[in-house]
Amino acid sequence: MQNLKRINTWFLLVAVALAMPAFADEKSEKQGLKIAKERKDRDRGWQNSVAEITMILRNASGQEATREMRVDTLEMEEDGDKALTVFDSPRDVSGTAFLSFSHAMEPDEQWIYLPAIKRVKRIASRNKSGPFMSSEFAFEDMTSFEVEKFKYDFLREDTYQGDKVFVIEQIPQDEFSGYSKQIVWIDQKHYRVRKVDFFDKKGDELKTLEFEDYQSHKVDGTTFWRPQRSYMYNHQTGKSTELVTENLKFKQDLDESDFDKNSLRRAR
Amino acid sequence: MSQILIKTVCAEHVNRMIKPKLSVMAALVAASFSSQAEVELGGSTSFEGRYFLQDAAYPGQPRTQASVAIEPEAYTEWNDGQDSLLFKPFARLDNQDDERTHWDIRELQWLHVADEWETRVGIGKVFWGQTESLHLVDIINQTDMVEQVDGEDKLGQPMVNFTTYGDWGTASAYILPYFRERTFPGVDGRLRPPLPIVSDRAQYESDAEQNHIDFALRYQNSFGDYEVGLSYFNGTTREPELSVAQEEITDPYIFPYYAQIQQFGLDLLKVQGSWLLKLEGIYREGQSEDFLAAVAGFERTTVGVLGTTHDLGFLMEYQYDERDNNFFATGQNDLMAGVRWSFNDIDGTEVLAGFVQDLDESDTYNAFVEASSRITDNWRWKVDAYLFSSDDETDTFYYMRRDDHLQVTLEYFF
Repeated sequence: MQNLKRINTWFLLVAVALAMPAFADEKSEKQGLKIAKERKDRDRGWQNSVAEITMILRNASGQEATREMRVDTLEMEEDGDKALTVFDSPRDVSGTAFLSFSHAMEPDEQWIYLPAIKRVKRIASRNKSGPFMSSEFAFEDMTSFEVEKFKYDFLREDTYQGDKVFVIEQIPQDEFSGYSKQIVWIDQKHYRVRKVDFFDKKGDELKTLEFEDYQSHKVDGTTFWRPQRSYMYNHQTGKSTELVTENLKFKQDLDESDFDKNSLRRAR
Repeated sequence: MSQILIKTVCAEHVNRMIKPKLSVMAALVAASFSSQAEVELGGSTSFEGRYFLQDAAYPGQPRTQASVAIEPEAYTEWNDGQDSLLFKPFARLDNQDDERTHWDIRELQWLHVADEWETRVGIGKVFWGQTESLHLVDIINQTDMVEQVDGEDKLGQPMVNFTTYGDWGTASAYILPYFRERTFPGVDGRLRPPLPIVSDRAQYESDAEQNHIDFALRYQNSFGDYEVGLSYFNGTTREPELSVAQEEITDPYIFPYYAQIQQFGLDLLKVQGSWLLKLEGIYREGQSEDFLAAVAGFERTTVGVLGTTHDLGFLMEYQYDERDNNFFATGQNDLMAGVRWSFNDIDGTEVLAGFVQDLDESDTYNAFVEASSRITDNWRWKVDAYLFSSDDETDTFYYMRRDDHLQVTLEYFF
């Protein structure tokens, strides 16, 4: 009896010891989720936007290519955003258009329009880890941030480029994501993402994304922040992609009918 | 250079075109371009060489063929983009085949867009369908057969189109007031039967011939993972039946016969994870026999194959056609297997290769490889290879059994 009691006590102690970090985890997970929710909440109400984007592709040997595109985006209140991207260069793909409906939990819906053959093609969106337009951005990096897409953990507070930041870990909930986890630097003042480290399925560091030159935009009295430059660097290949946003305008005359297959077919 | 080319080609073939319609179009273009609207100009020009791997099956056919083509484009819009006009002529000059030297207005279309509807008036191009190896449902535009053997090039179709859309889907109606005849390689061209098919001697079921007014209806919608299309066509068949004119024993020729048909079409696509499941089916009545034809298959894409950034897609489609003996119905009981390989590199390198095997005749098959990549932002190369084989003397590919060829194209986009 005595023996059994002792074992039980030991067992309890070990169990408590094992559970301790778990309690801490739950707390930091809650904190991570809170930060993610605040990030999303501060970015609600911008309605829609249009922008011209220059994409600069660089490979490890220094070869550089520039791509021009226009992106219209529609904020959806209870769902992921809708986006229509039209490519202007290189010339052989000029007029090619890409329509995507991103969703929080269901797979995204995507279509591509090929102007030479006038054909709208549905894309199997499970291939979200594939590169967007030969860039270092994957399709999944181009879709809107939705809280439900990840599981969070608060890691630490830190300083990034002189600003106080939260550093959180987010783990994609979609098994078809190309990432095992992402480490995100979010500034404490405006809840803007400043930097993301991406880790591949094996857990190795894959890419780093940095947002620079944040600009404030007022929509109906609320301030929204958008980076003018996004810089994605692939640690494994040495390739990088820079996105430069120009002529970003909010609250344009856009509604859902501007984001369907008919508008895709008309895009140019 | 390009203008001279168009003029030369135009002069040669102007009689084939619809003169009154052309002048209306010209007036339309002039009217819109003379306004203050900004005109965007672009397009492409290409240089192409073909090398046939075997000696010709029929006398007079060349071993090599070279040609140049140009497809400029002018676009303007007004009323905040609610109205637009697109003009896209096309011309090819071929050093061997007079029939392949041809020109066309691919598009000359006024588009008006409102909130829940749009109209397209003029000459245009419409694509319907989901499958890759055959386009059964696609019927609005005539095939420009002299262009490429894959049949993907189309002639501009005069049309008045009304489309309306909403949560319930997209419905379109088309009135097609003028019929375009299929183009065929001439006596100096390869990829033809022993006798050339003479378009000028085409016969029609309708007394109105090319002026028969055809019409078509289409409904299309997405339901979650499904894409659904239903279509109906009533008018002159785009796919002629071929007959040999026997009356002139000394100079026989093949002529196309265009019957009046009705065609019902269904096209379906389902997204199933990384699989795309595709189906097209048609029922056509009015030709020498009423028939069903269908094509069904899948495309499965893997991204990041073997640790690269390449995408690799596998395609397989089964082709079925109730007709036994039609020159253009090659997919009677055939299986296509193919790969689509995208390098996802800066040059946009892509390779599509496929093999179509006749399941009734093991010696009847055809294969293709289509590869392309960018040289600079404006130049692109393409290498295409097509192989045909058949021991069955009544099979389409028997006529082309010696027409295996390699085609190299340099395309400049401006």
